[in-house]
Formats: sequence, C-alpha cells, structure tokens
Amino acid sequence: MTALAQTESPSRAASVQKVVSKGGIEAWLVEDYAVPLVALEFAVKGGAAQDPAGKPGVATMLAGLLDEGAGQYDSDGFHRALDDHAIEMSFSADRDVLGGRMQTLSRNTARAFELLRLAVTQARLDEEPVERVRSQLWAGLKREMNDPDYVAGRTFRAMSYPGHPYSSPVRGDLETMAGLTRADLIAMRSAVLARETLKIAVVGAIDAMTLAGHLDDVFGELPEKASLSAVTDIDFAGAGSRHVVAVDVPQSTIRFGRQGIGRNDKDFVPATVVNHILGGGIFSARLFREVREKRGLAYSVYSQLAAYDHGAMLIGGTSTKNERAAESMEVIQSEIANLSDNGPTEEELDKARKYLIGSYALRFDTSTKIAGQLVHLQSDGYDVSYLDERNKLIAAVTMDDAKRAAKRLFGDASLLVAVAGKPEGM
Amino acid sequence: MSLGHIPAAPGSLCLTPSASASAKPAGPAIVQARLENGLDIIVIPDHRAPVVTHMVWYRNGSADDPQGKSGIAHFLEHLMFKGTRDNPQGKFSEIVAGFGGQENAFTSNDYTAYFQRVPKENLSVCMEYEADRMKNLVLTDEVVAPERDVVLEERRMRTDSDPADQLGEAVQAALFTHHPYGKPIIGWGHEIEGLERVDALAYYDRFYTPENAILIVAGDVEAPEVVELAKSTYGKLAAHGEAPKRFRPREPEPRAHRLVKLADEKVEQPSHQSVFLVPSYKTAEPGVAEALEVLAHLLGGGQTSLLFKSLVMDQKIAVAAGAHYAGTAVDQTRFYLYGMPAPGVTLDALDAAIDAIVAGVARDGIDESDLVRAKTRLVAEAIYAQDNQATLARWYGASLAIGLKLEDIAQWPDRIEAVTSEDVKKAARWLDKRRGVTGFLLQAPHEAQTAQAAE
Repeated sequence: MTALAQTESPSRAASVQKVVSKGGIEAWLVEDYAVPLVALEFAVKGGAAQDPAGKPGVATMLAGLLDEGAGQYDSDGFHRALDDHAIEMSFSADRDVLGGRMQTLSRNTARAFELLRLAVTQARLDEEPVERVRSQLWAGLKREMNDPDYVAGRTFRAMSYPGHPYSSPVRGDLETMAGLTRADLIAMRSAVLARETLKIAVVGAIDAMTLAGHLDDVFGELPEKASLSAVTDIDFAGAGSRHVVAVDVPQSTIRFGRQGIGRNDKDFVPATVVNHILGGGIFSARLFREVREKRGLAYSVYSQLAAYDHGAMLIGGTSTKNERAAESMEVIQSEIANLSDNGPTEEELDKARKYLIGSYALRFDTSTKIAGQLVHLQSDGYDVSYLDERNKLIAAVTMDDAKRAAKRLFGDASLLVAVAGKPEGM
Repeated sequence: MSLGHIPAAPGSLCLTPSASASAKPAGPAIVQARLENGLDIIVIPDHRAPVVTHMVWYRNGSADDPQGKSGIAHFLEHLMFKGTRDNPQGKFSEIVAGFGGQENAFTSNDYTAYFQRVPKENLSVCMEYEADRMKNLVLTDEVVAPERDVVLEERRMRTDSDPADQLGEAVQAALFTHHPYGKPIIGWGHEIEGLERVDALAYYDRFYTPENAILIVAGDVEAPEVVELAKSTYGKLAAHGEAPKRFRPREPEPRAHRLVKLADEKVEQPSHQSVFLVPSYKTAEPGVAEALEVLAHLLGGGQTSLLFKSLVMDQKIAVAAGAHYAGTAVDQTRFYLYGMPAPGVTLDALDAAIDAIVAGVARDGIDESDLVRAKTRLVAEAIYAQDNQATLARWYGASLAIGLKLEDIAQWPDRIEAVTSEDVKKAARWLDKRRGVTGFLLQAPHEAQTAQAAE
C-alpha cells in the first residue's frame, strides 16, 4: 500500500463536532456510545513556564491541589465524592500548559461535571492539603535526587536553556520548595485559569446539547482574560559541551541534544520525518540498529523532536555501561553527522513516511487518547482540519525536504551532552 | 494529588521501553475457539477504530527458568526478534513499521507475550509471521552475543543502578524461599552472563508450541474471519502431542517474619514495604482472591483508603501509602503494603502504624460505606477497561495464561460485588507478619560524612 492511498481513509475531522455553549465556551466533541463512558480533557496556557522567578513548582503544586478540596468539600470529602461514583479526575502542569482530565461512567456524568466545576472554580487550597502536597513533592524530589535518569535530565535542561523559565524543574526544587506560598498558588490560578486560552475536548456517550450546558456550568465562571507573564523565545544553548555528574552506578545515563525545529517552521514536518529515521521508531531507527542491535551497547536509545511554545530541541538519550559510554556517544554522533551530510536513503524516507502515516490511527483508539490528542492540537494552534491534513503533509515530504531538514536539524552534529554515572573516557 | 510510589516488584519486562497497561475488564461479546493443534483463540471485537491488537501468549515465564539459567525466558523473548529462515532479522519489524504498526513483547513470572497493534487490514501478515517464529526461529552466536549485552544493560538500568529495585529483588528472594517466584524475571546478573544459544534453543523447543500458546485478537474484526485466518496460519503448525508441563516446587507454609534492609548512599528518601504470601486467583478457595482484591483497595487504593487516611492525613507520619494484590498468578502470590515516611519518622514507627491498621481490620472489620465505595471503584475498572482494546487483550491474555477461564473473567464484577465485610475481615488475616517480609530502604551515611565522623 502506498502512502498516498492511506491518506484517503475516512475523514477523522468529520467525526469531530465543534460545540459552542450559550456562554461562548467551545469544545471539540466526538460523540460515541459504544462504551458507557465520557472522557474530558482541557488545558489552559501557563504551565511551569509561568512559575515565578526562583519559585519553580508553583504550577505543578497548583495542579496537585485542584482535587484536594473544593466548594463545600474538604480534601477527604472531595475524594469520597469522586470515589463514590468511580469518577477519575486529575490535573497536571507541563512547560506551557496546565490541564485536567476527567473520566466517568455515563450514568454519573452530571455528578462528574459538578465536581469538575468545583475543582476548576472553587478549589479551596486549604492549609492542610497545601502542606501535604508540598511534602509529597518534596519526598518525590528526594527519592529521585540520585536517580541517574533524573540527574542527567535535570543537568541537560539547566544547560540547554540557561536563565530561561524552560530551564527550571517543572516539579520544583528542594532548595526553594519550602518558600512556595498559598498566595503564589492563588496568583498562579488567577493568572492562568481563564477562558481566553481554554481548550476542551470531550469523547463518549454525551450529545452536543447536554455537553453545552455542562460547559457553561464548569467553565463559564472563569475570567475571560489570562494575565500571563511574557516568556521570551529561546534558542538551545550549550551544543558542543559535555557535563558529567558523578553518580556511583555501573551505568552512564546520557542525554544529548541540540537546537530543534519549531511547530511553525516550514520544515517541522520534514524534521519530524528525519528524526524518526534517526531515533524515533523502535526497531527501524538508525540509533536502535547501530547502538543496540549491532553493538549491544544499550537497552534504550532514542531521539525526539520536542517543540514548545517558545523553543524547540532535538533531544535523545541512552544508558550504557560506564566502560562503553564514550563508544556509545561516538556511534550516536557519527549517525547524526552522517544523516546531516548525506540525508536518509530513499528507502528510509519511504518507510518513515509510511510509519508516521499508518501509526497516526493508533493515537485515536481510546476515548482518553482521543480527548488528549484533540486538546493538544487545539493548544498547539491547529484547526480540526489538521486531523485529515496531517498525513497528507507527511506524505508530501520529498527527499529534498528531508535532506534540507536533516542539514538544519543535525547541522555540524555538535551536541550538548549530560551524563550521570562514572563514564570512562568522557 | 497522590505520589506514584509502588515498590519495585515483578510486573513484566518489555523487550523495549514502553508503558504497560493494567486494569480489570469485563463485558463485550468475546468468542473463544481452539485449533486442532491445540492453539487457544480469543477474539474481542471493538469496532470504534480501524485497528487491531494481535497477541500471542505463551504459558511460561521466568518461574519456569531451569535451575542455574535464570533469565532465559526473558532472554529468549529478546531473541525471538532475530528472525527465521523465511523472515530474516528485521524483515517483519520493517513490514510492521511500514504500515505504521507497533510491536513489542514482555516477560512475566508466569507468561511471555508478543504483540502488534496495526491497521486492521494487516492482521493476516502478523499472524503469518507470529506463526512462523513459533516454530522456525534461527539463532546464531553473532546475534546472541550482542543481545546478551543488551539484556545486561537492561539489568544495569533497572536494577544495578537503583537501590530500590535491589531491595525489591532481595525482598522477593526472601519471601519465596523455595518457589521460583523468588528469582528476578530478568535473571541474576552472573547467570545472564552464562546464557548461551543452546540454552535459548532448548527452552524454545520446550515451550514454543501451539498447545502452549494463546492467540488474542482485539479490535475491528469479526470472530469467524479471525478463526479462519488463524487456521490458515497457526493451523499449519504441527501439534507437539501435549502441552509442556510447568514444574513448580511449592513454597512451604511460612512461619518466620523476615526483615530485609538495604542502605545505600544514593537513598535520600527512605521507604517501607511489606509483602505477604497469599493465595492467587488460581489457587484461592472461592471468593478469597476477590476478598483480597477488595482488601487491597480498601487499605491502599487511593486517597480514601485506610492507609492513606490514617498515615498521611491523620497521623501525618507518611507522605505516601498504598496496597496492591498481585492476584493474577499461577501459584501462591504477593500482597503488598507500602509507605514513605514523613521527615523524622523512622521506618520502625511507620511499620508499627501499618501493623495497627491491618490488625484493626482483622479484629473489627470495616465500615460498610468504605466497602461499597471500594466495590464501586473496582467494578467500574472493568467498564473503563472496555475503552481500551489493548488493556482488554492484556487482561484476557494474562488471565487465560495463568489458567483461568473466560467465565472467571465474565463473573469477576459479580464476584467482587458479592464480597462481604466479613470476607474482608477474614482476608486481613492473611497479612500475618509470619507470612511476610518487611523491606526497609534506608539512607547510608555518605562517605564524606563517615570520614568526618571518624575524625
């Protein structure tokens, strides 16, 4: 089957209804009664990138507290109310967004939306849960402090975006965790939880009219305008440098990366394809073949293209025994250089396009996955039509596009490398 | 929010790093069939998306590793990707990638499974290949040696670099003094180093047969076409005559409480776990496994659970606490209680507080409202699972691989509903310290500090 034929599959966009409530709240709905469930996901702009200077973790802490007491319920009462009806609800913060997920049996839909309304608009942020969530975040950070993966990731992050909010740890810092106050949480909430940047997706056993009513109830009370601090666009720093943090373990955990290509760049789609060829797929990727399969250097090796609202990076990682860490990095670097100089082969390009096109369907096979995808698309600025266009964009990537993107993405193959372990020869 | 913290415990190891699904399913129109060569077939229709999950489960896992060859089940799982005469290494993976499919494999104590998730029109290709490698695997020393290094790197990553995982391994080894569940799924490092091509092939010949396999197909398919496809692919494989037998020495009745401690400089946050030897869904008297399931949920299923409320909310001596029943097992299995102490609280103090909560349940029983809530949550999990064909496929596969029947799965929600507070009270008696191992993960003094103290 050719790539082109697969793009002519039934329209995914046509399954999405844009529901707009009386109050003007929009949600993308996929109505489906096959399973008696309703799944909702929403996001607003303003994740960890909005943490106040010197106070990383505020957005994460706020997200962790939205289901810890709201309206007439204290924390215990709120969780009982959820559990009595088997309603799943959680909130989290990422770099650029703060979001929530809710899933309910359809017979409890009204109750689920009522509890979601309380969490979104009336979370109490009582002292008891504030201190408890702080202690949980604290313990989580302590637990990971000497975990090689965490150490390498954190070092890599700090070196890649120095001085920028993207360099801060999303889940906070042991040094400053004690200084996060309830006032910080309240300020973050009023700054980010607003209709202006709100994106919502709902999947499951619910019709548009019923949903519209719930949308006004849950989100209608939010202020229209967010008041986000300006975040500057930032280029990736540190390519060409290596940073080793000594951790007493037999294996070196490595992160490597360089400047990426952003979502709004015309080469974003070709870059996605060439990254897939380097380290995106599992068994077919060059890094898998060269590092794992041929040489047995590692169990895990990958690369990915990370696009944020204000920056983009190529980031990859592997873990290899200390004695062979330098060898692993050489292999990785030479594959990157090779792709930069020569581009992929026709066969690689063809396979990558086919994989990326065919695998798109696997992102849409459960209610929660569909809701997640639809919110991501909205937050990233895409319209519904992208659901159908996406595979056509991949299919249209030519060898010239791929070579150009590879040249830009991999450049002179210089990398920022962060290592946790006791690597030899690095 | 809750702090994700489940102590290092044998779940399953994937061929490549990936998320794993676990939940309890129910309901859809399941079809079961068996080929003449003994291959069992389960079809789980789900027509919401044009994709299909194709899995083959073998009824053997790390607990069937021969003495001195720990890790062979898992190593063979890796080697199963090295190709056959008709499909040399990489060919099938290229084909699957070509239509945008995903594939992976995993090994557990009791089973090993291989799967692909693909657009539905590619199901037959997957079946042809999976049938081919059930019989025709080709291994050379050239592919075996680097793959052994990959597995050793996997062990270095999961265990040798992680004190919590090392403690988990020691706790399992202490809990099972005789039964092979005490051996790590990935194997002991020194035994992995000695695993050879001939070991892998001997193991392959013994276990990779149609009689020992279960085919699960979930997704946008109809049962009759799946069975026809299976006949024309797997059906061509000759039966071996009988299914391989598992030889599992029985764990003696435990009598001594065991305390296992691991202290490491890298530990900054101590943690506690207790593991008890309890019946599994396969070995338990009727209703007992379900009561243990409800008990685990009541004790440690989220923020309304007894451990969380008492230790984290009320006494404030822990920052996390939970419980887990590993009921899907061929032989007697594990029940976990775990917690992370608040700053300044010793693990002994936390352990005593956990004991008191368990003793309270065994003595006084539980609130009816807590019981109703726990059952509501558990039964709902079966409905939530229907949203995910991959989750359903894994639930059915694991259940059948340990010897349960379709009706056991179908009746599971009703059997959970039938659990009474008296049943739960009785189930708590299994959590007797003499049946278990307590594991303490502790901070060792840093070398610099030790040196200073010595001055």
